[in-house]
Amino acid sequence: MADLVSHPDEVRVVSKRFGQGATSIDRYLALDGYKAVQKALGMQQDAIINEVKNSGLRGRGGAGFNTGLKWSFVPKTSAKPKYILCNGDESEPGTCKDRLIFEHDPHAVIEGVMIAGLAVGAASGYIYIRGEYRYLSEIMQKAIADAYAKGFLGKNIFGSGRDFEVYWHGGAGAYEVGEESALMESLEGKRGVPRIRPPFPAVVGLWGGPTVINNAETLASVPHIILGGAEWFANLGTPKNGGTRLFCLNGHLNKPGVYELPMGYNLKKMIYDVGGGIPNGRKLKAVVPGGSSCPLLTESEIDVPMDFDSLMKIGSMLGSGGLVVVDDSTCMVKFALRIMKFYQHESCGWCIPCREGTDWLKKTLIRFHQGGGIKKDIDNIQYLSENMLGRTFCPLGDAAALPTISIVKKFRKEFEDHLEGRPCPFEKAGTVERLPVFA
Amino acid sequence: MADAPKLVNITVDGKAVSAPAGTLLIEACKTVGIEVPSFCYYPNLSLQGACRMCLVRVEKMPKLQTACTTGITEGMVVTTDSDEIRQARKSMVELLLGNHPLDCPVCDAGGECELQDMTFSYGAAESKFIDIKNHRDEQQWSPVVYFDRPRCILCYRCVRACGEGMDVWALGVDNRGSSSTIVPNFGDHLECEECGMCIDICPVGALTSGAYRYKTRPWEMKHVGTTCTHCGDGCKTTLGVRRSDTGMEIVRGDNRDKSGINGDFLCIKGRYAFDFVKHEDRLTQPLVKKGGRVVPATWEEAFELVGKKFKEIRDRDGGKAIGVIGSTRTTNEENYLLQKFARVVLGTNNIDHHRTADLPAFASALHGKANLTASMCDVASAPAILLIGNDPTNQHPLLAWQIRNNVRLNKARLYIVNDSDIKLRRQAVQVAQVAPGKYNEFVSSGMGALAEKLRSEQGLIIVFGSEVTGSAVQALAKFAAIVPGAKLICLADYANSRGAADMGVYPDLLPGYFPVSDASKVKEWGTLPAQPGMAIPQMLDAAKSGSLKGLYVVGANPVGRLGVEPSALKNTFLVVQDMFLTETATLADVVLPAANAYEKSGTFTNTCGDIQIVKKAGEVTTTKPDFEMIVRIADAMGFDVHKLVPFGHGTRSDMGQSRGAQSGEADQHSVWLEAHGLEPKMNPFDPMATLDEIQRLVPGYDVSRIELAAGNDQHTAIEQMGPGATQDPSLIAPANNNLFTSGTLGRYSNTLNSVIENKNPEPTAVASD
Amino acid sequence: MKFSDQFEARLAEMVTHYPTKRSVLVPTLLFAQDEVGFLSDEVISEIAGRLELTELDVRNVISYYSMLTTKPRGKFNVQVCTNIACLLRGGEELMDHCEKKLGVGHKGTTPDGMFSLEEVECIGACSWAPAIQVNYDFHENLTTEKLDKVLDEYKKKGTQ
Ligand SMILES: Cc1cc2nc3c(=O)[nH]c(=O)nc-3n(C[C@H](O)[C@H](O)[C@H](O)COP(=O)(O)O)c2cc1C
Ligand code: SF4
Ligand code: FES
Repeated sequence: MADLVSHPDEVRVVSKRFGQGATSIDRYLALDGYKAVQKALGMQQDAIINEVKNSGLRGRGGAGFNTGLKWSFVPKTSAKPKYILCNGDESEPGTCKDRLIFEHDPHAVIEGVMIAGLAVGAASGYIYIRGEYRYLSEIMQKAIADAYAKGFLGKNIFGSGRDFEVYWHGGAGAYEVGEESALMESLEGKRGVPRIRPPFPAVVGLWGGPTVINNAETLASVPHIILGGAEWFANLGTPKNGGTRLFCLNGHLNKPGVYELPMGYNLKKMIYDVGGGIPNGRKLKAVVPGGSSCPLLTESEIDVPMDFDSLMKIGSMLGSGGLVVVDDSTCMVKFALRIMKFYQHESCGWCIPCREGTDWLKKTLIRFHQGGGIKKDIDNIQYLSENMLGRTFCPLGDAAALPTISIVKKFRKEFEDHLEGRPCPFEKAGTVERLPVFA
Repeated sequence: MADAPKLVNITVDGKAVSAPAGTLLIEACKTVGIEVPSFCYYPNLSLQGACRMCLVRVEKMPKLQTACTTGITEGMVVTTDSDEIRQARKSMVELLLGNHPLDCPVCDAGGECELQDMTFSYGAAESKFIDIKNHRDEQQWSPVVYFDRPRCILCYRCVRACGEGMDVWALGVDNRGSSSTIVPNFGDHLECEECGMCIDICPVGALTSGAYRYKTRPWEMKHVGTTCTHCGDGCKTTLGVRRSDTGMEIVRGDNRDKSGINGDFLCIKGRYAFDFVKHEDRLTQPLVKKGGRVVPATWEEAFELVGKKFKEIRDRDGGKAIGVIGSTRTTNEENYLLQKFARVVLGTNNIDHHRTADLPAFASALHGKANLTASMCDVASAPAILLIGNDPTNQHPLLAWQIRNNVRLNKARLYIVNDSDIKLRRQAVQVAQVAPGKYNEFVSSGMGALAEKLRSEQGLIIVFGSEVTGSAVQALAKFAAIVPGAKLICLADYANSRGAADMGVYPDLLPGYFPVSDASKVKEWGTLPAQPGMAIPQMLDAAKSGSLKGLYVVGANPVGRLGVEPSALKNTFLVVQDMFLTETATLADVVLPAANAYEKSGTFTNTCGDIQIVKKAGEVTTTKPDFEMIVRIADAMGFDVHKLVPFGHGTRSDMGQSRGAQSGEADQHSVWLEAHGLEPKMNPFDPMATLDEIQRLVPGYDVSRIELAAGNDQHTAIEQMGPGATQDPSLIAPANNNLFTSGTLGRYSNTLNSVIENKNPEPTAVASD
Repeated sequence: MKFSDQFEARLAEMVTHYPTKRSVLVPTLLFAQDEVGFLSDEVISEIAGRLELTELDVRNVISYYSMLTTKPRGKFNVQVCTNIACLLRGGEELMDHCEKKLGVGHKGTTPDGMFSLEEVECIGACSWAPAIQVNYDFHENLTTEKLDKVLDEYKKKGTQ
């Protein structure tokens, strides 16, 4: 239902079956479906893990942890059942890629879950899909039912003597639930408050059992790695950043859309070539490289390969692949405010710095943008953000602090331009700032 | 026994610390006197890591770590104080203060507020925020619980204390983010046990007590740690007192220093039900019957009259013509003194009290054995507990707390034998259902299906209620003897039921469960009546038939409780010492207004046999402690009070300045006196002199005086006492109090009544003493 | 209280998917809300009873999730995303337009009970911004003109 786009530079791995009718299990089978899991059934656990490790596949959920390495942390034996949990809560502003996977290739996720299960010795997996994605939940539930009907799931899968169960699970609107430990709480029927770590989910996860949690795109990549081999996948990307990635190009672009590009693809090219450049002859002001939690980049910083390490090097993050391009007509104070409103609304409220920090930052930014700012506010915004950073219970606090700090640092002048009752220089004269309240 | 835990060595601020592996860093720091600040961390409650106050630097970790969730590992190097850490903590306080109403001047917690203290320590006084604070109006959740949401810092202590600690789960968290708020279980109100733990554990003034709010500033109070006067569990309750027109007024009860056997726990009664002391019906002057009605009299008149009449009856009709009914709420010293007075001065064994357990059978079952009784503290750590009868959640709230927390924290195994669906079944590993009234059979026939499991336990504590009596108690003791390390607890209901029994307030038993026929322990009292006297029902029959000419009732209400016809006592000279004009007192010839346990000194023995100090907190200057009244009556009878109270034996003293002085300092002073071997007992009204005699003459009571004076519990050994006796089981009548009732005292507690009315608008019958 | 057979069948199956009963809570609440319109006291007590939870516990969970509501909403819940990707492409204009057209603000419901309006966080339509969701249906790449059409269709559907 969401429109598909294409570009010659695309390397289609995860998106290979998009638009091919692969929601039908027979069509999926015709497109090499369920071959990888059958191959994996013939492999040793360690061999699967090593294959994934060597492929350089890094988590597509945001943190970019090496997937194979994560799997290797699961203890070999466990008194409690082990689980695979697919994170399809996709809520990071700017990100809309898992949606396409669920819509076009749900079986690839199921297959990825199964392979992860074989790798770590789990016999069941849950695919958690955010509540707003109702139509995708239906697609996924049908895909699971079809896989059961074919005997691919359930008892004695592919006649291997092994059992594997896959279940769908739905959310009900909460960004924080995308955080892995909050996700488990939510799946267990509780408020989405994260858990204390350690113990990490790989050791103590769902219902106390060792649990692998991976993003939907991460898991959908796995069957391709098993079939194509680690080396092939690794070579698609840059060192330690294997494969391709679904980049969601959004904002002020002529050709927004979700494109699958190799890891390490140049950002500038992504904006001006793949994304078709900025409309209306406007100039680039800033880029959110990987979802709203990443520090923003300015024009001078965009000649950079889009991989985890390169972005880390320049003080930002690759995150979840949500690229938001901001042109020079945009008020950065307002942009910072909108980001903060989001985190204030989505903070679970568990810890002081995140709960109170996002609330105060939002209040201050609202007043500031309305022209009620005082000079001290600018430093205070930075002070508050810096004092949240690294001190919250889960990374949501960091996610709120990082973009804010970058905006204050890189666009301080825009803040100064709002001072002393001056109206926002970017708003049409006379328009009153709307102050939506998320109560 | 499990293997001793492996010790690991860490360095904290340059100090070497070793503690068992996995110990929380915050606790390990405490062992070397380093306090890491926290709001959300609370010992024995689940970990939260929410307030981020405890951030410390652990070497090799990229971020600051929460000391409250970090288990120590070998070689850890930790810094708990540095500019970076101070700044982190300061910013947490700043953020909290952002939305916190700075109404400290009128806040109940002002001066006792952890947020204030933290602000003082980390200096976040300058506000960076100029935006409007989030505000919500205060809510009343129950007659005793108020919630002021803006003051709440969301440490979740209340939620955990109520859920994990109390197993009530009446508090939750609604919404998320900055809209998060603590909510009660029924939308706008609470339905719970009203224990008030949430209020006590709240680090700020978000939860406040309906009984205390806006009464005083904390620093205007003195704090007296004493023993609760309600049930038989003996919680320490700290009473906040303040000067008033009539003496000293109690304005608050809590357990602020957590130093009692109850740790964090207090039930509604221990916390709020001190208000009977200032009930408008409280008697404040002696009353004497003249021409058919009682009129106010002076103390001299009253004592003279009582002394004259008692002497007259004794000299004319003999001691047998006088009866004495003692109390389950007076101190050990008073109980001891009362029975000594009956036996020595009145020359009678007609003395009894409201019995709620078969303690004489318990004494005989354990006679001559050793280490067979458990203390209240043991219940919190025993590997297994067997509970026979009773409903501790309602009748022994502290015991229930100890059991629950032992199960929760140490995975203790709880076995239950009961006829009804008591709440503790939730914690039990195995339950044996018995028919009502069939407990004795169950126990005597060897514990049915539970027997095998129980026998495989080590260190089992067997707790039994008034359902188990007579030879079944013997059977239980025999069973305990075959379970390695097993110990027993016999449940008696009132604050000093156990003390009354131990002190010999029985017609057939002397102090320490020696039969009246064997007075060898108390030879120094002279000749005593050797025949057992009458129990309460017989005394009342004798009064009816005219053979009982005098009846002395101290802190009891037999008429109210036994439904005696008022006319039965019309020819008996009746003296009643009480706080209120009870059904019994209304019939009296002389009524003497008594002080209660919160207004005097002495000791209580709880149901487990743990003796604890009772300290004077409040005071109504126109009343007298029962102790003094007994001595004065003896004196009025012409008896040499030196033979009753061994006062003034000390060779050195502080010249009497210590007792009777204001609470607080006096108590500290008594510790000092004990420690220096000085004796304050210079007057005949000093119960400590009688305690000396008790400790000398009652086996098993020779506990450390200094520990006692310092407010610590000391376990007495009923095993060392006399051989006990068989008692008529029909004389045992359980108090049947629940969480919100407390016999006569409860009837005069407005707080308890308001809670009962709030729960149940229909009037309910309330048990009386 | 009675739910549809479909609801019952789904619940009966779902509880077999997890080792604990309460694990079904979040999706079950959403399904119940879809049927009843909102999570009424009756629904809450029913679900609490079935899953052996206290009502408090269920309410605490409900209030955590922004899609769950204990208050009735319009037949069509118009959810306008104004998060960054939509913001840059006219999300706020859509919200303003809805407010004017429907005559209600954030979390308001039209007097006829047809529409309710809500400003929401990112709904995962960033590359097709600006976007709204009406109940569970996405409407993307909107302009105010397209939005008018969308709303008119719903109105038609609702009055049929
Ligand atoms: C506040 C927060 C929200 C998150 N939301 C998501 C999400 O919506 N989807 C996702 O896959 N990961 C999300 N993550 C990352 C997950 O915690 C986790 O790292 C990820 O699911 C692991 O999978 P991966 O290794 O395959 O990336 C979020 C993390 C945080 C801190
Ligand atoms: S449990 Fe008993 S002793 Fe403790 S506070 Fe309550 S009534 Fe008093
Ligand atoms: S005490 Fe450690 S976070 Fe609160």
